[in-house]
Amino acid sequence: MKQQISLDINGRVYDLVISHRDLLVDVLRKKLGLTGTKKGCGNGDCAACTVQVDGEPTLSCLTLAISCQGKKIITVEGLAQPGGALHPIQEAFVNQGAIQCGYCTPGMVMSAKALLDKNPKPTLEEIKLAISGNLCRCTGYKRIIEAIEIAAATMSAQEVK
Amino acid sequence: MQTWDKRETEVTEGKSSYVREGVPSYLDERRHSQVGRSVPKVDAAAKVRGEAVYADDMTLPNMLYGKIKRCKEYAHAKIKKIDCSKALALPGVFAVLTGDEAPNKWGIVPHSCNETVLAIDKVRFYGEGVAAVAAIDEETAEAALDLIEVEYEPLPALLDPFESMARANEVVIHETNPDNIAFHGNQIYGDVDKAFAECEYVLEREFKTGMPQHGFIEPQSALASFDPHNGRLHLWSSNQVPHYLHRQLSIVTEIPMSKIRVTIPTVGGGFGGKGEACPNEFAACILSRKTGRPVKITYERSEVFFTSKGRHPCHMKMKIGIDKDGYIQAVDFDNTMDKGAYASWGVVVMFYTGSMVHLPYKIPNVRSYLRNVYTNKPSSGALRGLGGVQPRLAMEVMLDEMAEMMGISPYELKMKNAVVSGYTAANNMYVPHTEYKRCLETAVEKSSYLEKHGKLPFGKGIGLAGGNYISGTAYTLYQNYKPHTTVVLRVDTEGGVTVQCACTDIGQGVDTVIAQFTAEALGVYFEDVHVVVRDTETATFDLGTFASRLTYATGTAVKAAAEPINQKLKEIAGQKLGCRADQLIIKDHKIYSMYETKKTMSWDEAVDIATSTVGTLVGVGHFSPPRRKGIDIVTGNRIQGGNIGHSPTFGFSCQIHEVEVDVETGRIRVKKVTEAGDMGTPVNPMAADGQVEGSIVYNMGAALYEDQVIGADGRHLNPNFHDYKMPTSMEMPDMFINTLKDSYDPTAPFGAKETGEGAVQPTFPAITNAVYDAIGIRFYQVPITPEMVLRALKEKKEKEAGCGA
Ligand code: FES
Ligand code: FES
Repeated sequence: MKQQISLDINGRVYDLVISHRDLLVDVLRKKLGLTGTKKGCGNGDCAACTVQVDGEPTLSCLTLAISCQGKKIITVEGLAQPGGALHPIQEAFVNQGAIQCGYCTPGMVMSAKALLDKNPKPTLEEIKLAISGNLCRCTGYKRIIEAIEIAAATMSAQEVK
Repeated sequence: MQTWDKRETEVTEGKSSYVREGVPSYLDERRHSQVGRSVPKVDAAAKVRGEAVYADDMTLPNMLYGKIKRCKEYAHAKIKKIDCSKALALPGVFAVLTGDEAPNKWGIVPHSCNETVLAIDKVRFYGEGVAAVAAIDEETAEAALDLIEVEYEPLPALLDPFESMARANEVVIHETNPDNIAFHGNQIYGDVDKAFAECEYVLEREFKTGMPQHGFIEPQSALASFDPHNGRLHLWSSNQVPHYLHRQLSIVTEIPMSKIRVTIPTVGGGFGGKGEACPNEFAACILSRKTGRPVKITYERSEVFFTSKGRHPCHMKMKIGIDKDGYIQAVDFDNTMDKGAYASWGVVVMFYTGSMVHLPYKIPNVRSYLRNVYTNKPSSGALRGLGGVQPRLAMEVMLDEMAEMMGISPYELKMKNAVVSGYTAANNMYVPHTEYKRCLETAVEKSSYLEKHGKLPFGKGIGLAGGNYISGTAYTLYQNYKPHTTVVLRVDTEGGVTVQCACTDIGQGVDTVIAQFTAEALGVYFEDVHVVVRDTETATFDLGTFASRLTYATGTAVKAAAEPINQKLKEIAGQKLGCRADQLIIKDHKIYSMYETKKTMSWDEAVDIATSTVGTLVGVGHFSPPRRKGIDIVTGNRIQGGNIGHSPTFGFSCQIHEVEVDVETGRIRVKKVTEAGDMGTPVNPMAADGQVEGSIVYNMGAALYEDQVIGADGRHLNPNFHDYKMPTSMEMPDMFINTLKDSYDPTAPFGAKETGEGAVQPTFPAITNAVYDAIGIRFYQVPITPEMVLRALKEKKEKEAGCGA
């Protein structure tokens, strides 16, 4: 059955006709063209599809779009800063060489953001834990973790949200 | 030995931070400004913003979605009947495809092509495709798959290579191979038996390796668009060998190559798994031709597992002989490999396992008996470090054990036997340059291996292993000696600098590396270079991303392509500056006399003059690897498969792993890894170290957890990331990467060699040796699972108790 709903994504409200079974990841990618969110497994095992729903890191491949009504969804596209500048987390990923194939990157960045939003000064263990569900097959994680540490420092200094 | 750090020499102009002894700076070809720079990847910002376009991110107007029906009943069965009529009748379904409509066989190695797009008469592995549909949306396509009726007649599933050989009289997987042996070969170099007879120390062991899979996070996706008006086909696909794919598409679809265009969007990892064509690519193309509309087929994760062409499980016997002075004299190697269902890279990987025995130690007598056997399992193919990691495990573990027999340190034994620059192996493999000994020295020193080895408390251990890998192959699979890579450089006032080459970045970073090479070769900045890559129409030929070949290949071709352009610009500048063109240097956007640095003009001005007078400057460069005969260097006899393994040059590395073994749970944790690698010049040191870190964690997975599990009936039991365990951030060890930054291969372009596959080589044995150091148990099998550890500990305890009683 199809139904009309509204979703608040990256600060913009989209009116959509969707079926009850539609997953958030598919709505983002196929209906809205927000393909920054990746689908690596569709099973909740890789976290490439991580977005923020009301601030929580959320696997969009396990989330029904319909359940997100009235909530604030942020995807990787929503991290863009005024003038197209990179968010400090993104900047750190680029500069640290934390990106190889990049397929895990949007999910990693969103997991990192959800962590730093809540815990601006995480310990190394807290960072590892926050991304422990995000699989990266290329980097060995080292540079990703370093990037998040650097981003935390930059964000605390700049008070970026 | 030079001690300069290239990271400090971002721009050499006017700086004297680097001086090479005995070489005037103006003549020093190692004085790079763009090679050796740690720059972010050219596509990093797009990727981090979520703007990089991967195949599944694409849509085209009127696009249909394709899906493949797979056999989920059997691993081996005759197909009696396929009825697609109900599926075709479903509203929203545009076309159905079955195997008989595309009977031409494809495969990466021309003389062993034995796959069809979809199974025709029988299925040979669990999950093999039997039909495909194109429909208006994915839901409809899926519903259509359920309506396709297939009748099978089950056949016994052969799941083990020894069983497969033994039962060949009863069950045959491919009619072409009545013994179920896909490939076999014997390679005999020197007189192994005689050498063994003269050895003081001889050891023989058996080894077994698991069946890991690539684990790239982006599933395969292909979008095809056939234009019925001009008969042209355009395919966008997640693939690492666009030109091999191009060729296979032409064979299967019978469309001439000149009417097929392959474009590779951003690729979300490959590791060899996208190193040949994939059925979704063919199916998308054929369905597009049938419907006249674009068709996209993206795999589910389970389909990636079913169709994966992962690492060959190997059953190896190795015998090593060492003389009384500690020199290795002979190696006898016997390898039975599990081919899985189809040929894939099988013959190549098999001969690689033979050739990999010859390095990184000097071994005068080597004998390899190799066979690769069909089974009803996912096909084995190319996976990071192909053909190397299995024999490496065997040799490095045995040398550890033999050092103990001899009462010396494994480090001493390996140093003594390590190859040196200019070495020619028994199989005529030539190593122009190596810093292997320095890798061993550095890693040992930085990790305090000698102080720790054998001295840590029970449960903690340290293990050393070395390794090497090719920097590209010397031979194509085409049996054609055309150049392996062509680069076109274009310089004009309009576009600036453009490099064209259809090399394929799968995350390893060749787009960035080729831009750095181009900038260095033309004397401009990395930031100035536009890269046109991954497209068979807009870019030039390149063999593909495999065998760690691209750094060497693109570097050589770029250098050659830059020559005519530089020549023209120097002539122009020479006229203006009043000096000879051959005394000019182009660097950092300036052209100046090497003798009178005041005579200088801007590069851009020279380009402006050139563009205004002779027009756009274009240079073409090719790379053809040196050919060497696959012979026994002593007798001169040709050896079957002996060409495989030759490479223009080789990378080397040493890894030292420190582990903790939990004797309660059997869990092994790698706590710390100290690595030292010789990759020649690190072109982009930051990215290069990232390759090494990634390699270590990658193969740590296959050493400790990763294994595809096949049930007794041939079913794939863990085709998902939940049950197939890959390392997460929680398993990551502390990693200390000590790349030899001053390594320089004078025979290689800009001194650079491979890194992305060499660094996976030592991981298996380093961990295995560390586990031995921790608990006194030598494992001859990977992955070393907690169950294996607990069982072995129990046996050890019982044995010790037994001995005491
Ligand atoms: S795609 Fe959602 S967890 Fe993998
Ligand atoms: S960068 Fe490739 S999966 Fe993380």
